[in-house]
Amino acid sequence: MNIRATRLFVSAALFAPLLAFGQKNSCVDCHSQLEDELKAPVAALAADVHAEYGLGCKDCHGGAPDKDDVDLAKDKSFKGAPKRSDIPRFCGGCHSNAAAMRAFNPALRTDQLSQYETSRHGQLLKAGDTKAAVCTDCHGVHGIQSARLPKSLTFPWNIPQTCGRCHSDKTLMANYGIPTDQLDDYKASVHAKALFDKKDLSAPVCNDCHGNHGAFPPSVTSVASVCRQCHPSTGELFIKSPHKKAFDELGVGECEACHGNHKILAPSTAMIGADEPAVCAQCHEKGSRGSEAASELRRDLDGFESGFRAVKDLLAQARRKGVEVGDAEYKLQDVTTTLVTAKNLTHDLDTAGIAKTVADGETALAEVRAAGEKALDEARFRRRGLGVTTVLLVLLAAALALKIRRMARARQEREGSGDSKTS
Amino acid sequence: MAPKIGQSVWKFLDERFMLSQLITFGKKKTVPEHRRSFWYFFGGICLFLTAIQIATGIMLLLYYTPHIDAAHESIHFIMSGVKFGWLIRSIHSWTANILIGLLFVHMFSTFFLKAYRKPRELTWVTGFFLLVLFMAFGFSGYLLPWNELSYFATRVGTDIAGSLPFIGKGLKTFILGGPEVSQATLSRFFWFHIALLPMAALVLIGIHIFLVQTLGMSKPIGEQGKKEIPFFPDFLYKDALGWTIILVVIGVLCVFLPWEIGTKADPLASTPLGIKPEWYFTFMFTTLKLVPAHILSIEGEKLAILGFMAGGLLWMLVPLLDRRAGREKRSPLFTCVGLAVAAYIVIMTVLTYALPKL
Amino acid sequence: MKRRSFIDIFFGGSLLATIAAFLYPVVRYVLPSKSTGVIQNSVTAAKVGELPPNAAKIFKFGSTPAVLVNTAEGTLVALSAVCTHLTCTVRYDGETGTLFCPCHNGRFDLSGNVLSGPPPRPLETYAVEVTGPDVIVSRKS
Repeated sequence: MNIRATRLFVSAALFAPLLAFGQKNSCVDCHSQLEDELKAPVAALAADVHAEYGLGCKDCHGGAPDKDDVDLAKDKSFKGAPKRSDIPRFCGGCHSNAAAMRAFNPALRTDQLSQYETSRHGQLLKAGDTKAAVCTDCHGVHGIQSARLPKSLTFPWNIPQTCGRCHSDKTLMANYGIPTDQLDDYKASVHAKALFDKKDLSAPVCNDCHGNHGAFPPSVTSVASVCRQCHPSTGELFIKSPHKKAFDELGVGECEACHGNHKILAPSTAMIGADEPAVCAQCHEKGSRGSEAASELRRDLDGFESGFRAVKDLLAQARRKGVEVGDAEYKLQDVTTTLVTAKNLTHDLDTAGIAKTVADGETALAEVRAAGEKALDEARFRRRGLGVTTVLLVLLAAALALKIRRMARARQEREGSGDSKTS
Repeated sequence: MAPKIGQSVWKFLDERFMLSQLITFGKKKTVPEHRRSFWYFFGGICLFLTAIQIATGIMLLLYYTPHIDAAHESIHFIMSGVKFGWLIRSIHSWTANILIGLLFVHMFSTFFLKAYRKPRELTWVTGFFLLVLFMAFGFSGYLLPWNELSYFATRVGTDIAGSLPFIGKGLKTFILGGPEVSQATLSRFFWFHIALLPMAALVLIGIHIFLVQTLGMSKPIGEQGKKEIPFFPDFLYKDALGWTIILVVIGVLCVFLPWEIGTKADPLASTPLGIKPEWYFTFMFTTLKLVPAHILSIEGEKLAILGFMAGGLLWMLVPLLDRRAGREKRSPLFTCVGLAVAAYIVIMTVLTYALPKL
Repeated sequence: MKRRSFIDIFFGGSLLATIAAFLYPVVRYVLPSKSTGVIQNSVTAAKVGELPPNAAKIFKFGSTPAVLVNTAEGTLVALSAVCTHLTCTVRYDGETGTLFCPCHNGRFDLSGNVLSGPPPRPLETYAVEVTGPDVIVSRKS
């Protein structure tokens, strides 16, 4: 080949990636005319994050997309669709190569493959179980979107479904000896409500507690550290309580024993007490010291909470009656904080401290209650005032009506008696 | 003793203000009484409600602050901190709406009774301008609490004004005091509401009432009856009866449905869904929403606005256009036009609330 | 003078009573009441010297809590203390020089920026002015 042709070829090859879109792509041309699974990759490609970076079929599967003939296109470099057990290394070929990734997205991590190999999925795959999850099971294939986009399979509110696709399938999970109710449990949890109902993206999903590429269920002792990521104050309080030592000795999971793991419901004072369904009753026999302490705690908190609800209703009532109670409602927010703090304090079982917080809360609540009563008084005053004024106006209207009637009669009489002059 | 003092006070004032002559003149004033004379009360009710607005407005001025950092807060203070502030403010807000509604009733009743015919053309024209003025009162007053609804309603309303051909941009900048709704707008709307518009309204009301005094009440075409009742005190007492009843209505509304304070305006927030102007503008607002985007290559919205302006002009010129009424002949054509206009306004207003998703 | 009939007395009396009923709220409205401020746009948060360096205090601003911090370098900053996640009250953490929300581990710097945790928006900052012995905190215009 002469110099000129070589130069042309080299520059064409160098600039080929830039021309990826304008370039002939026989893979897409042929596959778009096929059906079902063979057509799917083409349709999905438009949204794919790899396509955005200028990568195409050839960059993962090899082959020669400039060739129309299928045998020429599927040349020696053509890798085809990898086997399931080969997929992690297939993707990892680029994604764990820091130098390669730097050219596209330097901020992206490159330890996914090594993490995966420590995970349960990775371990099972290594042992030959092809049912274990691989990259494409969670990220999809061909239409992979960045996890920052809401339609991505790995966007926070899609993750439970992505994991649940396998983990709630009883048939699939039959031989693994783990439950399949995690997704249903999670969906009933307060975390799911925050995520799906309130659209709070900071709410934890599967990977926040289990890890994503290195996914493994946390061991009993480390469940608490997982929870402490978001609930540090509660964790600190628990460490100070006598439960810490007891739980450690018994090998009981700290947060999990009372709150569960997937089906974590909004905590309430109903969890504390001497009788079922209070969690204290799981270990403490009725009548024991622990049980009595639980009952006392329950009484304190319930009293405070019912007082709080009553005052909330009081303010709502005043507002319904048209009285401005904005200032009182703000003060009530402070009491809400105190209530939440008091409930949180139950984790250190310091009854004296809790009683003090409740007492402070009751004092603040009393102020708000007074404001609420005053507002209701104002509503009553307004209605009384309206009543009085309306009565007076009705009397005035009656007086006017009488006067008008008298005048009309007088006029009629005058006109009747022949007097045409108006008065 | 009291009658004696009363008499000397009366004598004192009479000698200086010519009161007895005024009374003699006043006693001559009569009002026709016939099947349709019930409609005569509406003018007086509008005047009464205007007086209430002036009184409550002056009182609100005592505690209101027209600055974006304080306007909303001052309304909050009036509603919760000032004795009877809730009442004065609610009266002002409710009466504004009732007044505008009754102004429409007054206008349509005089239209259907053809009271605009010669020699009362100017009464009709001043009345039309008064309606426009009072709707401007409503528009400017609505912004003053500086809450979310008022901020965005003002934005939407002035955007529509700004879309007028040629004068639109200048008009919008003049109204807003700048390119967008800001402190300048609040100060300007306050000025409109408590100075400019009241002055203009007083002048026009003065002319309007003067004309009613000199020309007397118009009788329906073909009304043969000669029955008349004196204005003082017969008609006035009947007027007062109506005023008493409306006071009861306003009182009930204010106690059971006090006017809300709303959330403070945040210019950076996105426009709330379903934002619309006050109800008396909604017939125009919904028309603009329903009009197709383009009609014969002219922007639909612009065409609709020009349509309203042309319509308003024709409406104002009805006394000149309705020749038959001018000759004391029945003019069913104009009655039909009036009915059509009234029906349009009612239907479009109801549609705004019945089908909010339009 | 005409004989005063019952109707006339009735009318006069109800008219006077109605006028009185209307004048009463007007008079109460116009007379100044005890409650002070219209606008709570600025408040005296503390006295000069009340806070040592690297300490903070929570105070009422309008009707929500706010925090006044005397930084380690001696500057005074004030911010809203309402965490933008779920409205718990944040507190100053002297060791890291940050504002910390104990409910879900949200953390803000002293400009209000979110450093970590679930809060979705920064904290609103206020203007601080020292006038005489008072530290006045007001809303930024």
